[in-house]
Amino acid sequence: MQVQANFDTVKRFMSLATGDEKHEPSAHSTLDIIWTLYDRVLRFDPQNPRSEERDRFVLSKGHGPIAFFAVLAAKGFFPPEELKRFGTWDGILGGHPDRNQVPGAEVSTGSLGHGLSMAIGMALGLRIKRSDRRVFALIGDGETNEGSIWEAFLLAGNLHLPNLTCILVNNHSSTRDLGDMAAKLTSFGWTSTTINGRDHEQIYQALIQQDPTRPTAVIADIAH
Amino acid sequence: MSVAIEQRMRHHMKPLFLDILGRDPRTTVVLADISEDILTDVIERYPDRVINVGIMEQTMISAAAGLALEGFIPIVHTLTPFLVERPYEQLKDDFIYQRLGGNFISSGASYDYSIQGMTHHGPADVALLRNLPGMQIVVPGTTEEFDSLFRQAYANGAPTYYRLSTEENPAPQDTTFGKLTVVQRGTQATVIAVGPMLGRVLEAVGDLDVTVLYCTTVAPFDAETLHAEQRGDAVILVEPYYEGALVPEITAALEDRPVRIKAIGVPHQILSRYGTYQQHNEALGLTARGIRDRITRFLQQPTRQ
Repeated sequence: MQVQANFDTVKRFMSLATGDEKHEPSAHSTLDIIWTLYDRVLRFDPQNPRSEERDRFVLSKGHGPIAFFAVLAAKGFFPPEELKRFGTWDGILGGHPDRNQVPGAEVSTGSLGHGLSMAIGMALGLRIKRSDRRVFALIGDGETNEGSIWEAFLLAGNLHLPNLTCILVNNHSSTRDLGDMAAKLTSFGWTSTTINGRDHEQIYQALIQQDPTRPTAVIADIAH
Repeated sequence: MSVAIEQRMRHHMKPLFLDILGRDPRTTVVLADISEDILTDVIERYPDRVINVGIMEQTMISAAAGLALEGFIPIVHTLTPFLVERPYEQLKDDFIYQRLGGNFISSGASYDYSIQGMTHHGPADVALLRNLPGMQIVVPGTTEEFDSLFRQAYANGAPTYYRLSTEENPAPQDTTFGKLTVVQRGTQATVIAVGPMLGRVLEAVGDLDVTVLYCTTVAPFDAETLHAEQRGDAVILVEPYYEGALVPEITAALEDRPVRIKAIGVPHQILSRYGTYQQHNEALGLTARGIRDRITRFLQQPTRQ
């Protein structure tokens, strides 16, 4: 059943979850992006979460999945009451998403630096299948400290994967200064843009763009 | 006598992959800049399904998992340390935790690449991988067995590791995935030879009245056959990697019996000499003669009650 939900509904759903392990700042910095993605960009069927016809979303950073879970509940993947059982023995929602328990979660993540490379494999798989579906991977600015993220940046640019979009949520939590990430990604063979990660229209316009020959990077800045 | 056949198993990937990719459109190959020279024909024939990611082993495993998520059967290959040790967390998180199937083929078992130093040695592979729940581990003793066991297991939906070695046994055995092979039956003791140790073990036991079981599937381990065929009170395990990796499986299989267990394999030492594979075997007591000496000493030890 598709819930008639708006952005306020999602925020209310987020508050249903309690506990100390919710990665609150992390969850709130991804909220606008994940909502816009599911509300206006992704193709999916909550009744058939593994449908071949879906677009794929990988929460690479895994941390702070409450926003993700709230959006999935708002879009009808599971009842919002499940959020009340966050982190409990009988619940399916934990500190990081488990794809074998959470309807709509493509990939189990948590350890940083895995999801973007897995998204490359998914994008390659879709290319072999001649599918026009897209793969979106959300990474954090702290996550870019991982070497495997730079492996993935290099590989996706080299493989010319137009069906892959990487959303880098920059909430300025990285210990290391990242410099101009859009310029870096452009030099790695991506088409890159930097947006305000709170502005739903900017998010939407950036996410519907596709370069026919290159992967797309959207650096979503979240102000302090 | 055991014979070293230079990289026969590794080179067999070419005809095997050509055949499997031709038969099964679900299969893909993911490489990390190793063996492309051997696999040139495979890369050229199936450019869409063979991906050489470059020297990035973490992404090699994760991208293979992404392919598995899309319904493909990935076959991943590089040298042992770069397949098992460097991306160990990727194997755990991206295959085991996700519950995905895939195939991981290593080259360079233990000190096969003896002159390359410890960075290119891989004797810890089996001990590490048996700590990943659900990881299947195959240790073929000949090229023919690699071919047969791969075909039996590659599409069974589980992650499976194939440990290729330069060392091969003189003759292949009839091997069934997941089963021990009874090579000979005796009454005084039971010897379990893993993969390419069988040739040396058969030479070592010679005229001894012992049962010899041959193990090419380390995980899942065939406890049933061991339980049925075990004779005597001594069980000797002869492994081509760090010694003792299979001891927990043996103790579990024989928990209802009083047995003495001896593990013979690569000792837990930093190996910093170069030279040949054979020189390492001699220094570590892993020649047929060294194995025989250790087996007979163990069998002659009085049992303290």
